[in-house]
Amino acid sequence: MEVILAIAIGILGGCGVWLVLRPRTFQVLMGLSLLSYAVNLFIFAMGSLSHDKEPIVQPGVLPNLENYTDPLPQALVLTAIVIGFATSALFLVVLLASRGLSDTDHVDGEEPDDGTGHVSIGSAAAAPPGESEEGRQA
Amino acid sequence: MTFARLVEGLMPHLIVVPILLPMVTAAVMLLLGDTRRPLKAIINVLSCVLGVGVAIALIYWVQRLGGPQAVGVYLPGNWPVPYGIVLVVDRLSAMMLLLTSVLGLGGVLYASARWHKAGVHFHPLFQLQLMGLYGAFLTADLFNLFVFFEIMLTASYGLLLHGSGWARVRSGLHYIAMNLMASSMFLIGVAMLYGVTGTLNLADMAIMVPAIPENDRGLLHAGAAILAIAFLVKAAAWPLNFWLPMAYSSAAAPVAALFAIMTKLGVYAILRVWTLLFPQDAGVSALFGGPVLVGLGLATLTFGIIGVIASQHLNRMVAFCAIVSSGTLLAALGFGQPAVTGGALYYTLGSTLAVSAFFLLTELIDRTREVEDNPIYVSEVEPDDSFAYPVDLAPVRDVNLDDDEEALFGRAIPAAMAFLGLAFVVCALTIAGLPPMAGFVGKVVMLSALLNPGGFGEQAPVSLAAWALLALLVVGGLLTTIAMSRAGVRYFWAPQGRAVPRLRIIETVPIAMLLLLIGALVWQADAVLRYANATARSLHDPREYIGSVVSTKPLPSPHTTGEGGLRR
Repeated sequence: MEVILAIAIGILGGCGVWLVLRPRTFQVLMGLSLLSYAVNLFIFAMGSLSHDKEPIVQPGVLPNLENYTDPLPQALVLTAIVIGFATSALFLVVLLASRGLSDTDHVDGEEPDDGTGHVSIGSAAAAPPGESEEGRQA
Repeated sequence: MTFARLVEGLMPHLIVVPILLPMVTAAVMLLLGDTRRPLKAIINVLSCVLGVGVAIALIYWVQRLGGPQAVGVYLPGNWPVPYGIVLVVDRLSAMMLLLTSVLGLGGVLYASARWHKAGVHFHPLFQLQLMGLYGAFLTADLFNLFVFFEIMLTASYGLLLHGSGWARVRSGLHYIAMNLMASSMFLIGVAMLYGVTGTLNLADMAIMVPAIPENDRGLLHAGAAILAIAFLVKAAAWPLNFWLPMAYSSAAAPVAALFAIMTKLGVYAILRVWTLLFPQDAGVSALFGGPVLVGLGLATLTFGIIGVIASQHLNRMVAFCAIVSSGTLLAALGFGQPAVTGGALYYTLGSTLAVSAFFLLTELIDRTREVEDNPIYVSEVEPDDSFAYPVDLAPVRDVNLDDDEEALFGRAIPAAMAFLGLAFVVCALTIAGLPPMAGFVGKVVMLSALLNPGGFGEQAPVSLAAWALLALLVVGGLLTTIAMSRAGVRYFWAPQGRAVPRLRIIETVPIAMLLLLIGALVWQADAVLRYANATARSLHDPREYIGSVVSTKPLPSPHTTGEGGLRR
């Protein structure tokens, strides 16, 4: 159980960090979402990962994580999920505004002209007229 | 004395007022809709004035009435201490509350001249940001601190984008991404500390730390370090501060003026958590990470100074001044000496006020250049022309309640250039740390404490880092003076035959208020320094704080005891 969860958190976090470092805004958003999943699982794991343990302290039994499940991290996760949702939605709005104002989905709002020919679908040059029009409206 | 009795009577409920007041104000203003801006501006100003009053009352309480136990504890849910959320006001919190409320008042006064018309929901967002700031300064619970950070940040995203435009959207995108990453770090750090100590209450955690088994100490340190990364992003420590110059210089002037406190919130959070968890007598963990803080502070200071001297635009220069101020604070606090911390707290007051006033001033100075390019910009005939907002958001002129007052405020004040120049000089002197302004006093106190680590007259070795900070502060002061002189010459002396800008009185009042406060800091330097030193001493010896929090009992239910529920 611990190993599976640790690997899952690791994969989510790794993918998240990699995506956040990408130059396209949507990739950054996906990366931030994956990162917040990883963080939420991490907080959840702090309350012990055992089956069939009640969050109730029994008289005569030592109240440590071997004998009961800590319910507090689950409450924390709930708060963190809500806040994460809200801020991600806000980021999405700014992302759309940026896409509309600059006609590109590069995080800096301008394509790097480094000669690699790395022009994305979202850039003004490569996009068909209809799509860039749509971007401007957004 | 009636004021004393009033404050005494309102405690401990006064502690929660700084959070409730902005929340209620914001809710009321949302109900009013978006067209009644003059009314909302008045409500906002009133609420900010009340906030200043509450902050003064709290300072008065911790300083005079608190006695030896100058720590006020409030249990919002009436749960026993380690389980429920706890709000605590001590000298540091009260000082930061007052600073925040003053900056808020300055910002909203300035914004009510023009800026609040540049977009929707300026006033509610402003109040919500104040609520997040106040809450973060008051809370004594780590997860609650996260929640208030997020309230403050979410409001700041909206405020940063206020007025729209490509520069704001672009810097806002970077700012939000950066802060979402920092929030993830914050949560990981909180979760690790909770996993190790089993509590989220800072005072309770401080009690747990010495008892942590050796095997878990690495986890504790790792958790604290990850948490510190989140705070350092807010505090604009190098290399986590590349978002700041863009964001602060593109934000609207009153917004940037309020943002000046946000870097200080990061420094505050570091100081609070660090001094509670790792005080000098914490054994193995004593002053954990102090050298790192000093190193990061010195690097931030260097980066900021280079930025100040390299900036071509005035508002970018001010943004770098905020970084310089942050770097100075981080480096000084990292030494963990109460005398140095006291000087740093005094320096915080002066430099924050100066940076905030400078952000407001920058826009007015920039206006001198725009007078000739675009006379309509300050014309009173169509004062709204300079904003490109959607047509349906334009205020209807007949609904504008204080049209008469606007005409009154719109009169150009005489000697506008003299005011701008004088204010510029005061800001520049404070930020560069030259006498007779507050920046100089703060730096002298910090440096004299650094160079006499054993007290005056005692021979004690001075560390290399202290010499480095001394050198950087002196060189930084010189380079800042050069940069300021260059800007002053360019903006005030070089231009020939420019029309005098028209300033509204309502725009000059907040700047004058902030600058007068800087003057008051120098005038009352002794009293303020005594307060700052008492703050520093209680920070570095947190037993008083921990004892007050832990010993607070929830109020008994009136049904079981028959007593009035409000008695403590």
